[in-house]
Amino acid sequence: MISSQFDAIIPILCVTLAGLVVLLAEAFRGRDEKMPIGGLAIIGLVGAGAASILLWNRNATSFGVVTADNFSLFVNLILVAVGILTVIFSSQTLERDNIPAGDYYAIMLFAIVGMMLMGQATDLLVIFLALETMSIAVYVLTGIRREQQQSTEAAFKYFLLGAFASAFFLYGVAFLFGVTGSTNLDRIGSVIAAQSMSGNPMILLGVGLLIVGFAFKVAAVPFHMWSPDAYEGAPAVVTGFMSTGVKAAAVAAFVRVFLSSLEPMIADWAPVLWAIAAATMILGTVVGVAQTSLKRMLAYSSIAHGGYILAGLVAGNDVGKAAILFYLAAYALTNLGAFGVIALLGTRERANDDLRDYAGLFHSHPALAVLMTFFLLSLGGFPPTAGFIAKWYVFSAAIGSGYYGLAIIGVLSSVVSVFFYLRIVVMMFMTERDARPVPAPITGVAMAGLVLSLIGVLYLGVLPSAVIDFAQASISTIF
Amino acid sequence: MNGLPLLSIAILLPIIGSALLLFVSNRDGSKNALVRNLTLAISLVTFGVTLLLWAGFDPSAGAPAFQFVERHAWIPAFGIDYYVGIDGLSLMLLVLTGFLTPLALLTSWDSIKKHVKEFSIFMLLLEASMLGVFSALDIFLFYIFWDFVLIPMYFLIGIWGYDQRIYAAVKFILYTMAGSVLMLVAIIGLSWMHQSATGEYSFDLLKLYELSIPAGTQYWFFLAFTIAFIIKVPLFPFHTWLPDAHVQAPTPGSVILAGVMLKMGGYGLIRLAFPLFPEAALYFAPLLATLAVIAIVYGALVAMVQPDMKKLVAYSSVSHMGFVVLGIAAMNVQGVQGASYQMLAHGVTTGGLFCIVGMLSDRRHTRQIGEFGGLKTVMPRLTAVMLILTLSSIGLPGMNGFIGEFLIMLGAFKWDPRFAVVAALGVILSAVYMLWMFQRVFYGKITNSHNAGLRDLSFREWAIVGPLAAVSIGMGVAPNVFLKPMEPAIQRIVDRVQAHQPLVVDLASRKPQASSLAAVAGEVSSSFAKASEDKR
Repeated sequence: MISSQFDAIIPILCVTLAGLVVLLAEAFRGRDEKMPIGGLAIIGLVGAGAASILLWNRNATSFGVVTADNFSLFVNLILVAVGILTVIFSSQTLERDNIPAGDYYAIMLFAIVGMMLMGQATDLLVIFLALETMSIAVYVLTGIRREQQQSTEAAFKYFLLGAFASAFFLYGVAFLFGVTGSTNLDRIGSVIAAQSMSGNPMILLGVGLLIVGFAFKVAAVPFHMWSPDAYEGAPAVVTGFMSTGVKAAAVAAFVRVFLSSLEPMIADWAPVLWAIAAATMILGTVVGVAQTSLKRMLAYSSIAHGGYILAGLVAGNDVGKAAILFYLAAYALTNLGAFGVIALLGTRERANDDLRDYAGLFHSHPALAVLMTFFLLSLGGFPPTAGFIAKWYVFSAAIGSGYYGLAIIGVLSSVVSVFFYLRIVVMMFMTERDARPVPAPITGVAMAGLVLSLIGVLYLGVLPSAVIDFAQASISTIF
Repeated sequence: MNGLPLLSIAILLPIIGSALLLFVSNRDGSKNALVRNLTLAISLVTFGVTLLLWAGFDPSAGAPAFQFVERHAWIPAFGIDYYVGIDGLSLMLLVLTGFLTPLALLTSWDSIKKHVKEFSIFMLLLEASMLGVFSALDIFLFYIFWDFVLIPMYFLIGIWGYDQRIYAAVKFILYTMAGSVLMLVAIIGLSWMHQSATGEYSFDLLKLYELSIPAGTQYWFFLAFTIAFIIKVPLFPFHTWLPDAHVQAPTPGSVILAGVMLKMGGYGLIRLAFPLFPEAALYFAPLLATLAVIAIVYGALVAMVQPDMKKLVAYSSVSHMGFVVLGIAAMNVQGVQGASYQMLAHGVTTGGLFCIVGMLSDRRHTRQIGEFGGLKTVMPRLTAVMLILTLSSIGLPGMNGFIGEFLIMLGAFKWDPRFAVVAALGVILSAVYMLWMFQRVFYGKITNSHNAGLRDLSFREWAIVGPLAAVSIGMGVAPNVFLKPMEPAIQRIVDRVQAHQPLVVDLASRKPQASSLAAVAGEVSSSFAKASEDKR
């Protein structure tokens, strides 16, 4: 590989290039010509994944604002997996939902570009840039079914609130710049450490505003309001993509900013994040119980999972950092699988995401019901699935830092969450079937995607050691 | 024989078996017979393996504490191992699991008609996870098996149960899970304590035994573990899930639930809660014993007024498992031996009672005592077997129930006679409710014409209840066969716990964050502790 300024952004370039090629391919496509556009996207993503693996342990940096340390490469690999699974599930639903493949895949790839940049950026302004790249693409994806009122409404809500959050974030950056004279994370960190300015009101205000911005993106209480509407309105595949990819990217930047440059101030922000994490876990699970739409239910579940991840951030120790990475990987595979099932069961007219729509699924689609059960058990944190190891890992981090209270809130809220995951299982296995529109037969490719997610979920649950070691190695190079 | 990893084979066989079943295509039910025979064969081989374990087990006092030990690194970064091994106590519970599973499967041949393949898979997974619980020596592994047990049982109740099955299944899983997640927090806390004491994480039970844990931590961790276990037992006032689960569960589910799963709670108390936190355990023992005698009497009284046979047997379980907790709380050799023996005896006897209730319910599609009467004239053989099981449940001398209850009473009396006195009421009451039920169902004239044509035990039903009745008598006649292997293990645990002094909790200076409930509990138990202190 040519050692140059460009090394660190190779993964990002791969995905960008794939996005451009997809756009061109769509432009040159004949009216009824079939083109494997999804395949192009996958090639780009695999390239990015390969580049990330090759960059492992090299600590490449580009232009002083983008780094390719192991932490961001781990996140990149999660994002690649998210992208590939999303493309696989989309391959069956795009045509059904009348979504133009070229536009869709290109926007999705550009969103991944933003996500990857968010994990890799070491400058607050670049993080903002990445945040916007990602967000704007995701707003569009949310409203991509233009003929659907609900979809458009969701996109608009998401856009308005998201714009506010971005403004908050930028405002916070401005304050930090005003105090420290830099937007570079390392520089900010050393200035804060050197001048011990943890009590400085300007910097506290800046940190507070950053928390608002990040909390919005990870859908943490009380900045979660957008997510149930956005998740419900977006096509199911996009919801899966948003709930995993956006969350992974935002958490990655959150962790990098707070546990590297703002580490010296941990005593100031940890109590705030403690409260946010606790409220997120409780509200996500308790409100989730009242939902009857599966997408909404999983939206609240996604909020709750954000809370568990924040528990790892509050812990602030090495176990917590590695736990967050592991959690993101486990959650990405599990949630994408669950939304994959939801997406495959939809029809053009109806999303079929009401709880009643799952009655007797085991009798009509046994394979889908079994797969969904595994994903739900993993979300609920049952062994031997990825979700259990992930939860154990973050709670272990919290307890290691002495946050017993947070861990107890976490485990008890996960019991509450089990209640609503099991409602779906009850519907699928223990309830008689209603008359309902029959979804199109599941293609082999989509099924393979689900099985792939399941293998990942079980691998992380039964033999987590390799990935745990990998996650630990990822955090050892930075911070 | 010692070259073979017999313990892992026992745990893995049912898992491999259930994986094999996945490949049998049985959507229309045409291969039900094949599935049933295959499952039965797997469970019988597993039973054979547990018997081999028994044959190879060295029960002498000088033998290593844990035998058939296997250890493989699993998550080395956190010192988590696949670490299994058994002492006499685990061994007996493994054999019990191996023994009851094939019988429970046989009871399903009549009662389970739909989704036989899925049913068989869940039964085998259940067996594997229960075997895992009883043999894990790494508490992380223990927790994994402990938690996993819930999933197959949830499906067994929820899919194949009776009318209110969904309610019962959800209540069962949420109730038991709420208890066990707090145990997870304590388990993680223990591993961190080990890390700060020695510099490395460990979930190795034997290493954690050696940890010296500060008093305040013992207090909370003991509560976290114990609540998980007494919900499973279930001890009054945490028993409310049990009648629902039992009444709604299909017969094989009830057999396993009463026969083996409740024992996981007692086993956890003996293996984990008491020896890990001996000081807190001794401090809380009087409180546990109080709840236990309440459970004994309350369970018996409620059982007496049940019109439904299955519910009656379920409440009798609450009463009998109260004895188990009483024996454990006494924490002397007699008490714990009695508790262990009672667990085995209750598994066999109550398993048998649920089988018989299931057979009656399969024939008549009702379990109301009032619907029956005079069955002795039409089904003398079933009546005879039922009589044996009833008598052993009552604890007639010469039957298995007697040995356990007697030893428990002995242990309790040595510790604090007042508990033994109240518990004795339970023995009397058990005779009342069991014999009264027996009389109303089997004696007298046939008053309901539906009962006139009932057939007696079939060959297969003989194969189910015959061994249970035989073992009930056998355990009563030759208790030493079962007690001897358990003795060194129990002696070690009792010695370990009794080497400590109970915690001293100064109520006046207790920190305000202690919840009021805990404060009350402390008050009640410390008054008991004082009383028992005086006795000594």
